[in-house]
Amino acid sequence: MNLRNFVHALGVLLLIFATIAFARAAELEMPLAIHAETLHTAAGAPIQDGLVLVGRDGKIAYVGPAAGQMYTADHRVIRAKVATPGLIDARATVGLSGLLNQPHDQDMLERSNAIQPELRALDAYNAQDPLVAWVRSFGVTTVNTGHAPGTLISGQTMIVKTLGRESDSDVVNPAAMTAVSLGTNALNRADGPGGGAASAGGPRSPGTRAKAVAMLRAELIKAQEYAKKREAKDESKRPARDLKMETLLRALDGSQPLLVNAQKQLDILAALRIAKEFNLRIVLDGCADAHLVLHEIKASGFPVILHPTMARANEDTENLAMDTAKKLHEAGIPFALQSGYESYVPKTRVVLFEAAIAAGKGLGFDAALASVTINAAKILGIADRTGSLEKGKDADLALYDGDPFEYATHCTGTVIDGRLFDGEKH
Amino acid sequence: MLLRPLLPLAVLLAVGVCAQEKTVVFQGAHVIPIVGEPIANGVLVLQGGKIAAVGAAGQVAIPAGAEIHDARGKVIMPGLVDSHSHVGGPAGADASNPIQPDVRALDSIDAQSPSIQKAQAGGITTVNIMPGSGHLISGQTIYAKLRDGRTIDDLLIPLEDGRIAGGLKMANGTNSIRTTGNFPGTRGKSAALVREQYLKAQDYRAKLERAKGDPEKMPARDLALEMLVEVMDGKRVVQHHSHRHDDILTVLRLAKEFGFKVVLHHVSEGWKVAREIAQAGVGCSVIIVDSPGGKLETKEASFTTPAVLEQAGVLVGLHTDDGVTDSRHFLRVAGLAVRGGMSREGALRGVTLANAKLLGLEQRVGSLEAGKDADFIVLNGDPLSVYTQVEQTWVEGRKVFDLSDPQDRIYALGGAGAGDPRRTQLCCFGNAWELIAAANAQLFGGAQ
Repeated sequence: MNLRNFVHALGVLLLIFATIAFARAAELEMPLAIHAETLHTAAGAPIQDGLVLVGRDGKIAYVGPAAGQMYTADHRVIRAKVATPGLIDARATVGLSGLLNQPHDQDMLERSNAIQPELRALDAYNAQDPLVAWVRSFGVTTVNTGHAPGTLISGQTMIVKTLGRESDSDVVNPAAMTAVSLGTNALNRADGPGGGAASAGGPRSPGTRAKAVAMLRAELIKAQEYAKKREAKDESKRPARDLKMETLLRALDGSQPLLVNAQKQLDILAALRIAKEFNLRIVLDGCADAHLVLHEIKASGFPVILHPTMARANEDTENLAMDTAKKLHEAGIPFALQSGYESYVPKTRVVLFEAAIAAGKGLGFDAALASVTINAAKILGIADRTGSLEKGKDADLALYDGDPFEYATHCTGTVIDGRLFDGEKH
Repeated sequence: MLLRPLLPLAVLLAVGVCAQEKTVVFQGAHVIPIVGEPIANGVLVLQGGKIAAVGAAGQVAIPAGAEIHDARGKVIMPGLVDSHSHVGGPAGADASNPIQPDVRALDSIDAQSPSIQKAQAGGITTVNIMPGSGHLISGQTIYAKLRDGRTIDDLLIPLEDGRIAGGLKMANGTNSIRTTGNFPGTRGKSAALVREQYLKAQDYRAKLERAKGDPEKMPARDLALEMLVEVMDGKRVVQHHSHRHDDILTVLRLAKEFGFKVVLHHVSEGWKVAREIAQAGVGCSVIIVDSPGGKLETKEASFTTPAVLEQAGVLVGLHTDDGVTDSRHFLRVAGLAVRGGMSREGALRGVTLANAKLLGLEQRVGSLEAGKDADFIVLNGDPLSVYTQVEQTWVEGRKVFDLSDPQDRIYALGGAGAGDPRRTQLCCFGNAWELIAAANAQLFGGAQ
């Protein structure tokens, strides 16, 4: 690289950093004052005639009754019938899987190898895919998105606000979880997606459930040994950097949990067995059979990111039920809902709709709302920033013209970090 | 030849065995008859599998000895009619040819599939079971009544002339375009192949007419052309998959040219050509999916399509396309249509009477009127609310679904025993994996 190129590159880099810094730190010129006839905070009882004042920093400066609250002419006043915290989709592929479903916009699953924990969502997330704006228009402000279920270890997820700019500027946690799949999803079947041709050249394993678990154990043991070797006093004996191993080490030390997709009860139990063996903190994903192993899940203490309420029931998910969310709630198991991954249509589900069906099938309004707001935030480790309407948290809200879960209600606007975005366009 | 006349007979016998025996009365419910205004305190009288009377309390005589159901606090509306579904996992044409009107969904439906029970749980009582859209003509559809039956024969609707009620499935756009065999590779070729086939059918019909029944002069029987003649004679409706606005206009053009009755299905871009559809006097069966895209033709799909078509004066039905959307969420489709701007009345008609009209069954089903089939559902609230449950589904005076029954509850909500250990059948190429493989093959020129 000659000097001129170097200077040019440096300039571009500085510009990028400046843009990010500006986007991050930019003060809101006219912070919002949001009046809601009914304000659901996910942190206490609903407030009638409630008000949320946004600070210039995009954080919540006040939340409570509107009566007696003063705000300045600098505020832009927004009115809504109902407001809730911005919705959180606890497990998605949106932004990696795009709206068109063409090869150029489908980056959620790499099939060249069964074990690729080093794949980062940050490098594949298209913040400007129309699906990101689509879910945002229904009130979704934060997603845990990334590599899909479908190979044994498919890659990582990231937590990102649906601001629709770029992954670097919108990211909340660039390496949130590492996606593991057990059950049929993990298998490299000749008749699987793209089977035969697409996976030719890749390994043919795992071909069975037992093999999948054996491979996962072997990989975790390898990571443990890698960790030991890294501690070698003689530097020359330390191993070369291995991104796979580094990622799995973060699973072993609990800083980046494994998100284990397991639908059938035997797969859920296999996940719990592995977690116990390696003293892992895991998050269960999918769990169509959760209602068959409620006791075991509860005893493990691990949270569940439950399949979409309206997911299709077939193969591993044949036992899924619309009232599983209710059963998890009643059992006291922490859970959130998800949009999940669809290979066909809808290209993304919307957690608002999934929570609505759960609400209608026995979960009830409050618990359903919590499953896509504060409880999702807790599972994702971002409850200090978002998930409820409380002073000092990010001003992330969803605005509606009625009960958010009713079919014919509209999302009239979405607020992220104090910035107002359009609601649904119809 | 012997079997053909026997089949309708078997159907009549099967239905006869199941017929409603005693008179049943529901009273006290909020009745939404679809034809006419809702009745606050309504009475519904069922006799012999038919609606004997419907009206306000005090205006309808309650027959002596009737079984009385207290439905106070409930809502009763007609059984839902789904104009496009794949319950029972029907197959249609195979990969040998893009045009196969002789193939019948009837011969491939699993009447014991849990998808049928789930549809009953969703309040669906009449359904158009369609073969897929991976062909220009993928076969004959079946209009089925979701009676409690064990075989497909138990679900059929025999017509007065001895035929079985059903349509003919056609498709255009990308689903029926393939790079293999004798399939069309472009839209122009797709239309040309269809036109060629209908011209042959015209010729065949002319030969039949000239023969005037003389066995010596009759052309050799051709089941495919026979079916197209039936369509051109207006005895069978073409149920036509079409997404893009230009594909929709191609359907209208071909229908006009060959004089067949057609219903447009999906119509993702119908909002762009609503006026043309209205002018052609063609009805639409619309799907609403939770997000647009999934394929290029549906990137501009909109929740507003039913509303825009309704405002243009088009007869608008709605459908599940089960398993694209789930039969148990059919009322949700109506709710989303309202979200997109459709009138409440239009949306409720869209899952009942409008669909009955699109299937030509409006004399039998789709509204609560005396003389019609006793097909109705009992709900515990507003049909368009997410908090409302379908509590009971009745077909021809018999209860086929009851939410308080533990087994039925499993079909309604899911759980062990409700699912299908097989892969979901999707609308186009069969199961989901095949769909992806086919898409890959198309995009990368692979060997599919």
